[in-house]
Amino acid sequence: MDALLKVRVWRGARDGAFSLYDVPRQESQTVLDVVTHIQRHLEPTLSYRYACRVGMCGSCAMTVNGRPRWTCRTHVAKVADGDTLEIAPLANLPVIKDLATDMSEFFDKWARARGQFQGSATRHEPFATVSPESAERQAANAGIECIGCGVCYASCDVVEWRPEFLGPAALNRAWTLANDVRDVAQRERLRAVAGDVGCHACHTQGSCTERCPKQLQPTVSIAGLKRLAGRAAIRGKL
Amino acid sequence: MRRPGDFRARQHPAYWAFLAHRLSGLGLALFLPVHFWALGQALTGADALEDFLRATDQPLFKFAEWGLVVLLGLHMMGGVRLLLIEFGSGTGLRKNWIAGTAGVGVVAGLAFALALAR
Ligand code: SF4
Ligand code: SF4
Ligand code: FES
Repeated sequence: MDALLKVRVWRGARDGAFSLYDVPRQESQTVLDVVTHIQRHLEPTLSYRYACRVGMCGSCAMTVNGRPRWTCRTHVAKVADGDTLEIAPLANLPVIKDLATDMSEFFDKWARARGQFQGSATRHEPFATVSPESAERQAANAGIECIGCGVCYASCDVVEWRPEFLGPAALNRAWTLANDVRDVAQRERLRAVAGDVGCHACHTQGSCTERCPKQLQPTVSIAGLKRLAGRAAIRGKL
Repeated sequence: MRRPGDFRARQHPAYWAFLAHRLSGLGLALFLPVHFWALGQALTGADALEDFLRATDQPLFKFAEWGLVVLLGLHMMGGVRLLLIEFGSGTGLRKNWIAGTAGVGVVAGLAFALALAR
């Protein structure tokens, strides 16, 4: 464990390049630990983003040795290629500087996919009862733990090919709400996600599902939306 | 500036399955016009078709035919997998079907090669 890690880190934005740093290895070291070490001891102007350090906030995702990952819960031992590590900003998002990307379009698309819950009951009415065993609740449960890290968005080819594509996370969010029996904006939501930059643009490549650190399956959620949209179209209710 | 996706991020079975499905689909789509043109030869008379069919007895044509069978096998199995993901119950990327697709491709290729060799 006394060895040095050779870390290539992306510096700059439009015109950038990788810079090389030597970082001492430590036991149970995470990729975020490495980046933090570089910023605290070697390169004070390095920009990156994190908050919780425990895999809850979704702000620390970067490209590590070519693959998008949540860095705070990625152990160096698991991803280092021998003693080298390459750290770059997430793909498919505008780079602000170094390892920080601009995630506004990612979240704007959640809004465009009608990712907001819309209920009709007020606080004066009794709670809705939703059986944990119901198919809807289980489908919603399967996708609800998204932390908004953007890893899926950065791994999706369709996002790269069609920048307007809503992307796996926004569609996964729409699917959880489509299974919320209290929500009253179902038709609008289905319209929002059924266009040609919505669920039907997905090619089922599965990169989102392969890479999601929370082991969610946006591919499956998107397939669910395709079925819903198809059924609604047949019934003339889209 | 956006960074494009890295090839290392695309190394997983579901992506290979997508590639196989897309490439076999393109291959088959390219073949279809040729196929219809060949069938169309029958309209210009039995002789024309016979001439054409004799021409297809060459090794190059046999090889192309073999490729076609493999493409069909791959595309069919990949298609069933996609239908299962989109319409079937249950979850996951159906990697068992990816393995099955590769298997059927190999079996179809070998079986047809054997049939050609006889
Ligand atoms: S399954 Fe669809 S949304 Fe997910 S990475 Fe593939 S193309 Fe993108
Ligand atoms: S679906 Fe997974 S990869 Fe995508 S933003 Fe949510 S937690 Fe991250
Ligand atoms: S810092 Fe919050 S998820 Fe990594």
